[in-house]
Amino acid sequence: MRLTKLALATTALVGLATGAAQAEISDGVIKIGVLNDRSGLYADLSGEGSVVAARMAVEDFGGDLQVEILSADHQNKPDVGSSIARQWIDQDGVDLIIDVPTSSVALAVQQVTSDTDTAFISSGAATTALTNDQCAPTFVHWTYDTYALSVGTGKAVVEQGGDSWFFLTADYAFGHQLEADTKRVVEENGGQVVGQVRHPLSTTDFSSFLLQAQSSGAKVIGLANAGGDTTNAIKQANSFGIVQGGQQLAALLGFITDVHALGLDVAQGLTLTTGFYWDRTDESREFSERFGERMNGQMPTMVHAGVYSAVAHYLKAAAEIDDDGGKAVVDQMKTVPVNDFFAENGEIRADGRMIHDMYLVQVKTPEESEKPWDYYNILATIPAAEAFQPLEQSTCSLVTN
Amino acid sequence: MSEAVMNLRSRGGRRATSWILAAIGLAIIIVAPLIGLYPVFLMKLMCFALFACAFNLMLGYVGLLSFGHAAFFGMGAYVAGHAVKVWGVTTVLGIFGGAVVAGIMGLVFGAIAIRQKGIYFAMITLALAQMVYFFCLQAPFTHGEDGIQGIPRGTILGLVDLRNSLAMYYFVAAIFLAGFLVVYRTIHSPFGQTLKGIRENEARMVSLGYPVARFKVLAFTISATLTGLAGATKAIVFQTATLTDVHWHMSGEVVLMTLIGGMGTIFGPVVGAGIIITLQNYLATMGSWVTVVMGTIFVICVLTFRRGVVGEILARLK
Repeated sequence: MRLTKLALATTALVGLATGAAQAEISDGVIKIGVLNDRSGLYADLSGEGSVVAARMAVEDFGGDLQVEILSADHQNKPDVGSSIARQWIDQDGVDLIIDVPTSSVALAVQQVTSDTDTAFISSGAATTALTNDQCAPTFVHWTYDTYALSVGTGKAVVEQGGDSWFFLTADYAFGHQLEADTKRVVEENGGQVVGQVRHPLSTTDFSSFLLQAQSSGAKVIGLANAGGDTTNAIKQANSFGIVQGGQQLAALLGFITDVHALGLDVAQGLTLTTGFYWDRTDESREFSERFGERMNGQMPTMVHAGVYSAVAHYLKAAAEIDDDGGKAVVDQMKTVPVNDFFAENGEIRADGRMIHDMYLVQVKTPEESEKPWDYYNILATIPAAEAFQPLEQSTCSLVTN
Repeated sequence: MSEAVMNLRSRGGRRATSWILAAIGLAIIIVAPLIGLYPVFLMKLMCFALFACAFNLMLGYVGLLSFGHAAFFGMGAYVAGHAVKVWGVTTVLGIFGGAVVAGIMGLVFGAIAIRQKGIYFAMITLALAQMVYFFCLQAPFTHGEDGIQGIPRGTILGLVDLRNSLAMYYFVAAIFLAGFLVVYRTIHSPFGQTLKGIRENEARMVSLGYPVARFKVLAFTISATLTGLAGATKAIVFQTATLTDVHWHMSGEVVLMTLIGGMGTIFGPVVGAGIIITLQNYLATMGSWVTVVMGTIFVICVLTFRRGVVGEILARLK
């Protein structure tokens, strides 16, 4: 009896304490943790660039909000990522974790942030599981996902006559998802998949995988991988003469930094789907040039641009409601459309997916390119409603309930 | 006569010192999370300290350098994670299962590897561990690169909720102390004396009629079981079991911990684990420099104090 009373009293106290803590920014500071790959195969497409983008968003926001930025390297390992996230939240009072490329790490971080009511916005991760089975009210998926990539590139390639596919897939959550999504798109559009081979993350020697792809006789070799894996695979495919032999390579996820690393000689003609191209509008050029000044002339990838856009939107929402609780801010973010250089009339849906237009681009030939980082021709704009998985199909518990 | 009295006195004195040390250690473990140290960090430290102690049993007391202990650590983690998450067994049972599976693996590995010594022993254990690594990379239940994620912490017998960091901490502390006591008892038993004898002069032990191979396999099995226990506990603490735990880097790390702390000393591995984990933790923001710093420390350690931190202190006290 006495115990029950004590328990009740404690619960009431705790309730009071959290009640009092609500609707204000804890310790007066908003802390943003940029968690990504700073040393491995995804360091170019996210890494320091994402930290710079987040810092720019904070500076541009101005206002009297006090914001601090932390950064760490998750080494593409789920255990490292989740323990950094946990420590940031428990010890440093981090309110927002942003970026987190590498789907397996993002899924691990998602568990920590949803348990602790911390906001989590992913710009770098691709898996749609984040807004389906493993969705959370504290999460927003900002830049792209495997569904959007497959709709863009998969459909375009099949329509150009590439109707038999062989997949070269990175063997983890992201690769599997991208392969499955693209397979669906290919088959829906009348193509067929003749086989696939899975390679470990961060592979340096693709020769045996490429030979299997070559002997499969497929017209298209779909690269369901990213970053350093994609560039390595393309380079080695080039030295095996796969493209010269009549097979086409489709990089399902390609970043502008990958094209830069490959050089236009090798990359020319590749079809890619991207959420952002720096040379598209005046606003995007203005942002990208400022970004380039801080990054030795490097132009932002869609991940970098997404980080800027997401942090800016987050800060607006947090300032509006004067709160830094994860669910509270994300709920507020969902009520306001996103309008900036990155997205026009972007909308954050109930499942946490931010939908915006995507672009189907083709890499220019060396002759077409007029200036540094002048790499893409935009072939088509994929409207937001078509680019992302329809809300009705989402298996997210926030939607189905 | 007088020599015998001196011996007796010094032995009594040493025993008293051990008791005092043990009491201080216990007090530190109990108080640490209450004075503001981060419990998750301390739990990680204890898991690795237990891992290093188990490893030290082989390296320090039998004189065999196993380069494949990550296999036991990782498999303990995977088995515990899978059992708790998918089969829904209780946390305690899951951890126990992880340790048992690691122990059985230790028995098999040991039986194969102890036929060789020195570098060959190290190579065989490494080869076996790599086989386990590739098994874990491909087996469906480990989920490859993704690892097993979101392992529930569960409760102890339905009474104590382990989601509470402090409850989890004392649970891990109990496991660590139990494991540590097993190591301590093993070393200070006739069995441990025999192991030391084998380390010092194997041929003589054989000629005295000891079944040396059997002793080695048993020691290897105990070491593997405790390593599995440490891995299983770590999986529950961090709620993940991933390839990091079975990668050969992990085998290397535990060698580093044991050598820096002082191999062949009972507290050495604990101190070594403390140093390495603390460094990793506080240097994490430096990115890839962590490995450079650790490498430098290792070189300095090998060049200047070869007995390790604890080994060096003990040598000075003598």
